Amino acid sequence: MSLLPKDVAKVAHLARLALNEADIPKYSENLTNILGFIEQMNEVDTSHIEPMAHPLDAHQRLRPDVVTEHNQRELFQTLTLHTEAGLYLVPQVIETKIEE
Amino acid sequence: MEWEAVIGLEVHAQLSTQAKIFSGAATAYGAAPNTQACAIDLGMPGVLPVLNQEVVVMAIKFGLGVNAQINKHSVFDRKNYFYPDLPKGYQISQFKQPVVGEGYIDIQLDNGEIKRIGITRAHLEEDAGKSLHEDFSGMSGIDLNRAGTPLLEIVSEPHLRSATEAVAYLKTLHALVRYLGICDGNMQEGSFRCDANVSVRPKNQKELGTRAEIKNVNSFRFVEKAINYEIERQIEILENGGKIVQETRLYDSVRNETRSMRGKEEAHDYRYFPDPDLLPLVFDEALIESIRASLPELPEQKRQRFQAQYGLSAYDAIVLIANQDTAAYFEQVVNQGVSAKLATNWIMGDLAAALNKDGLEINQSPISAEQLAELLKRIEDNTISGKIAKTVFEAMWQGKGSADEVIAAQGLKQVTDTSAIEKVIEEVMAANPEQLADYRSGKDKLFGFFVGQVMKLSKGKANPQQVNDLLKTKLHG
Repeated sequence: MSLLPKDVAKVAHLARLALNEADIPKYSENLTNILGFIEQMNEVDTSHIEPMAHPLDAHQRLRPDVVTEHNQRELFQTLTLHTEAGLYLVPQVIETKIEE
Repeated sequence: MEWEAVIGLEVHAQLSTQAKIFSGAATAYGAAPNTQACAIDLGMPGVLPVLNQEVVVMAIKFGLGVNAQINKHSVFDRKNYFYPDLPKGYQISQFKQPVVGEGYIDIQLDNGEIKRIGITRAHLEEDAGKSLHEDFSGMSGIDLNRAGTPLLEIVSEPHLRSATEAVAYLKTLHALVRYLGICDGNMQEGSFRCDANVSVRPKNQKELGTRAEIKNVNSFRFVEKAINYEIERQIEILENGGKIVQETRLYDSVRNETRSMRGKEEAHDYRYFPDPDLLPLVFDEALIESIRASLPELPEQKRQRFQAQYGLSAYDAIVLIANQDTAAYFEQVVNQGVSAKLATNWIMGDLAAALNKDGLEINQSPISAEQLAELLKRIEDNTISGKIAKTVFEAMWQGKGSADEVIAAQGLKQVTDTSAIEKVIEEVMAANPEQLADYRSGKDKLFGFFVGQVMKLSKGKANPQQVNDLLKTKLHG
């Protein structure tokens, strides 16, 4: 399987990465090599193996439903210059947002 | 051509926890912006999400409520997309292995028929923040208080065939999550949100048509209108030889229409993968069984019991059980010895109207169940008529005392003494000789006039049945 330059451009767009046009063929080649390696791993018969979601053989520890974090807005907002009325300000989003 | 609509719904129910799904920040609604957004909710580097145990319990409760397969092993995934109210660049959700698998819920249709609607799955996820696009001169304002609020996304099978069925399903689900105590169901505050997948196909065709997803429908009424609009829109396109585009559409309640929101399919490419920050969620059968043992009587069981025990119609039972507090209030009234039908009529009629007018919930009612029962018993024992009872109810609502106190203080006791009523009738006849002559010469319609005059003169206190009977005799002379 190969990742064509146009696929690289699409993935970069989804990840909001600004790639230099001239670098795209190189990324395409590198990523295709990685996919080749994965294809090589795919040759191993894993039909009897349960897929795992995490490399550790452990499961989620849970937390009681208690409020432990209190308002630190002022502290957090020292990290940005762009606030107003307690809100973080960001460049206007043109596309209409979809509630997920 | 005859068309058939196919509808599936995705409901986001906000789980009623104190703290967020992966952090210890509060979830209370309406706080000042960003005062309930901690380092985890802000997506700061180096933080780790830790799952709130209460959301697991709530998800299991829901699974049991819809007779679903509950997955004792489930996995959290990252759903990647970019938007400023999602600081991490991904939403933590469940994709391939949700906590609740296939189940079903039974809904009652208008014709009384029961229809079983399949639930595909229900999974846990976090909510995003809110973007405010007004008033910031070219900038958007971001409030991350809602970021990390726990949601249960409930996905139905495409088993619904009309907007009415979709609303019946939503109302059933709404009652269920409130009975289970896992969601407050407040649609205005966005605690219970709905997206609808709508497609149409020629009747008797097996394959599904291309669907559109409608977002942003935040009331039962709008769900119905939005779906109806969308069905008509699609039929019109197909009948004119056009094709439906698979897309997301936004419902505009002001214009009552749906509009296209997102054309580019690539935006759907969320690149899900298991979240390495979170281990699989695992629990045992014992937890499920202990939760099962703690479940309250659920709406469907209560509806059946109300119909059987109190002889209520399906419609009355559904209205009463929709809210647990209303159902409890009804049972308290009936337990005082009031007939179920009279209690139902008053609770769904005058009480509901008064609560609605003052913006109160039934558990805030100034008239308790016991007090209403006392009033209704005075109707049943003929102390007052149903009409006078409304006056008494009004006085009780304004805090002027119990039913008996109001009846005594305002002298509203019904007159059942035949001779007293006859005296009033004679006065009315004497005062209206022309009408009396007309009536006797055949104008039967004037009977109502005489009833009205007698009731008016007795200030509504004469027993209406006796007035009718006595008038007939007297008027005939």
